Amino acid sequence: MRKKYRILLAKPGLDGHDRGIKVVAAALRDAGFEVIYTGLRQTAEMIVEAAIQEDVDAIGMSILSGAHMTLFPAVLDLLKKRKCEHILVFGGGIIPDEDISKLEKKGVGKLFTPGATTGEIIEYLKKALKEGRKEEAVF
Amino acid sequence: MSLLDRFLQKDEVALSRLISYVENQAPDYRKILSSLYSRTGKAYRVGITGPPGAGKSTLVDKLSCDLIQNGNEVGIIAVDPSSPFTGGALLGDRIRMQDLTTKKGIFIRSMATRGSLGGLAFATKEVSLLLDAFGKDFILIETVGVGQIELDIVDACDTTLVVFVPESGDSIQAMKAGLMEIADIFVVNKADREGANRIVSELDMILDVRRKKGEWNYPIVSTEAVNNKGIDDLLKKIKEHRKYITENHLLEKHRKEQIKSELKKIMELKLKELLEKNLSDANLDQLAEKVYSGQEDPYSAGEKILENLNL
Ligand SMILES: Nc1nc2c(ncn2[C@@H]2O[C@H](COP(=O)(O)OP(=O)(O)O)[C@@H](O)[C@H]2O)c(=O)[nH]1
Ligand SMILES: [Mg+2]
Repeated sequence: MRKKYRILLAKPGLDGHDRGIKVVAAALRDAGFEVIYTGLRQTAEMIVEAAIQEDVDAIGMSILSGAHMTLFPAVLDLLKKRKCEHILVFGGGIIPDEDISKLEKKGVGKLFTPGATTGEIIEYLKKALKEGRKEEAVF
Repeated sequence: MSLLDRFLQKDEVALSRLISYVENQAPDYRKILSSLYSRTGKAYRVGITGPPGAGKSTLVDKLSCDLIQNGNEVGIIAVDPSSPFTGGALLGDRIRMQDLTTKKGIFIRSMATRGSLGGLAFATKEVSLLLDAFGKDFILIETVGVGQIELDIVDACDTTLVVFVPESGDSIQAMKAGLMEIADIFVVNKADREGANRIVSELDMILDVRRKKGEWNYPIVSTEAVNNKGIDDLLKKIKEHRKYITENHLLEKHRKEQIKSELKKIMELKLKELLEKNLSDANLDQLAEKVYSGQEDPYSAGEKILENLNL
């Protein structure tokens, strides 16, 4: 077995600041992850479709535009519809504490706010993904 | 329902999962491929190689758009390099294929080379078998494009495109790198930029030596992938090449060659596994001691081990 963790990183919404997410992408690569970067202006549908095609373990979204309360739940809903709830959804952005706890209650993973280090993100992912997924019957 | 049942009902989640099993060489991966093999052979596979930034991903995007508009199902495999130090990878080809993702009949998979050096990942060919069995009419495979000789692509595709750009200005250099030999169709992308005509005529001159009357004429197609220009022309040439190699039984011959290397790969891998299973580190340490102290030479020691494997 040569399993690698695969992470999809996306930058939904209309703002064009992708510096932060590119830094995270490079850090995850250097930590041994396979990172699929899908670029700017992604809709929830595009993100979930790409995550399914790439069979990722987690989706990370960077949202600076304030649309976090709609985008994170939208992605979770679509994942549920496609029976892909095993995919962890985490993210980062300028998100108020009360929104963070609301989103976490809905099933979103950890949300990192400005100031979080890439080391913290790596630690978190390694821990969260360690258990691995339930193997399904092939035949 | 099992993953294979779901695969046969065209469930993309199952396809994707099985691709991972094959890519990771999970315990059952041989059985998976073996049980689906009879469904393969229908897809037409086009390889796209050329230096980084030449526009390969953009071309794949535009070609796929045309293909699905004409009612085809398209699978895409885009390969990027793994870091030799950390094993991690940054796979960014999807950035150029954003609008494709949600279109019907499209399935895009990014693959990291995971140590493979020939321009594709170790399991790219096997993943293309899965896409084939899933019912894709066309499979487009984009290589890493780091500039070394990327011969893997010839072994995995039916038609190979090599992409040049005006600023490369190195068609001669490409000849050295062996790129010229693997191309069925030459693409000069970024034709909107200065120098495109020069590259075309330079390539033309080199190819004139190789072109023979009545045989495949190694066409050169100018494109502006970002502006969606020249794509129809390129698709026409791909179809002409397909027709040519089919009618002249070259496709059949090529695919039989590919089967041979597939067979060799399967056996070599199995042998390697067998060896690894039977030759523990402790064993190897012991042997090294013996060779070092002069009790045995490495050639006879190696022979003896192989004999004991009882092949
Ligand atoms: N000027 C120009 N730029 C292009 C053309 N095709 C692609 N590009 C740009 O070239 C860059 C690299 O393209 P990409 O498809 O990622 O190349 P790849 O590395 O070979 O896959 C991108 O910024 C594209 O927008 C073209 O025909 N003309
Ligand atoms: Mg590319």
